[in-house]
Amino acid sequence: MLGALPALPLHEAGKYVAGAYVVLFALVLIYVAIMAIRLSRIEHELGELLEHTSDRTEQRESTPAYLMKGHK
Amino acid sequence: MYGKSLRALSISTVVAMALALSLVFFYAPLEAEQGFLQKIFYVHVPLSIVALCGFVIGALLAIQHLRTRDPRWDMRSYVAIHMSLIFAVGALITGSIWAKGSWGHWWVWNEPTLVSFLIVFLLYATYQPLRFAIEDPERQARYASVFAITAGAFVPLNFIAVRLSTAYVHPRVLGSTSNLPAPMALTFVVSLLAMALLYATLCKYELTAKHTRAQVRALRRRLLGDAEEARGGRARSAAPSLPPSATIGPRTSPRTAL
Repeated sequence: MLGALPALPLHEAGKYVAGAYVVLFALVLIYVAIMAIRLSRIEHELGELLEHTSDRTEQRESTPAYLMKGHK
Repeated sequence: MYGKSLRALSISTVVAMALALSLVFFYAPLEAEQGFLQKIFYVHVPLSIVALCGFVIGALLAIQHLRTRDPRWDMRSYVAIHMSLIFAVGALITGSIWAKGSWGHWWVWNEPTLVSFLIVFLLYATYQPLRFAIEDPERQARYASVFAITAGAFVPLNFIAVRLSTAYVHPRVLGSTSNLPAPMALTFVVSLLAMALLYATLCKYELTAKHTRAQVRALRRRLLGDAEEARGGRARSAAPSLPPSATIGPRTSPRTAL
């Protein structure tokens, strides 16, 4: 019974079709935004680690060789 | 490792999506009964098919996890189900929009296809809370795999049961009752292919992101030690975690690493 309903005119069906396609693009867009947030978090963590390693390198260079662990 | 072929996959998805949209709006003829409203079919049906196939793929990956006990299979199964849930949300919303335009109601409770899809969706909606409820990662992965296999077996059974039911009014797309004209069939196949590619690409992105995060965590552990890692450590999560051995190789001296 429901399947036999007459077709909607173009001006009325257009909003439904647009709505359906907007939903698809909105889902993809939300996903991309979430991925961007995750990427920036990883970038931030990597930056911290890089800072830490450069601090350690500087410390090692400024420490006299006889104070280094394992020096004979 | 996971990022391999991501670029080629992304480009092919964009091309397939553009082609599918062009075919939908400039090539496929208007359907006699539903008119312009039928264009929703090219997004709603592929979304539903890909979501259901994704749930079955999740089950197959979970079988592989239980066979090998490799956490990477659990990760793949989790991502397949997670992505299928997002696609299922899309299928439900676009289906409701179509129902409103076509039947004048957002939802029809006596329609078996709609209700059965909702049941499958609600079943999988419990997957994340189930994972979150179990703290031990090994046990979490094992229980989640058992769930994924059981629910994955339910999906084709559910599909067959709905097909066999006689009192349906939902339009049949595939099967003996369908008689799509060639341009419509071609547009549908391209749309389905584009949706499958989108699913594969998003899964690949998700896996790459999770793997990269696990690698950063392993690197932090090596540089700052376990105590520091624990301090800024991992909060309880429904998402599976990869052990250090699955992210970066064995500990080597800086000289050999370089």
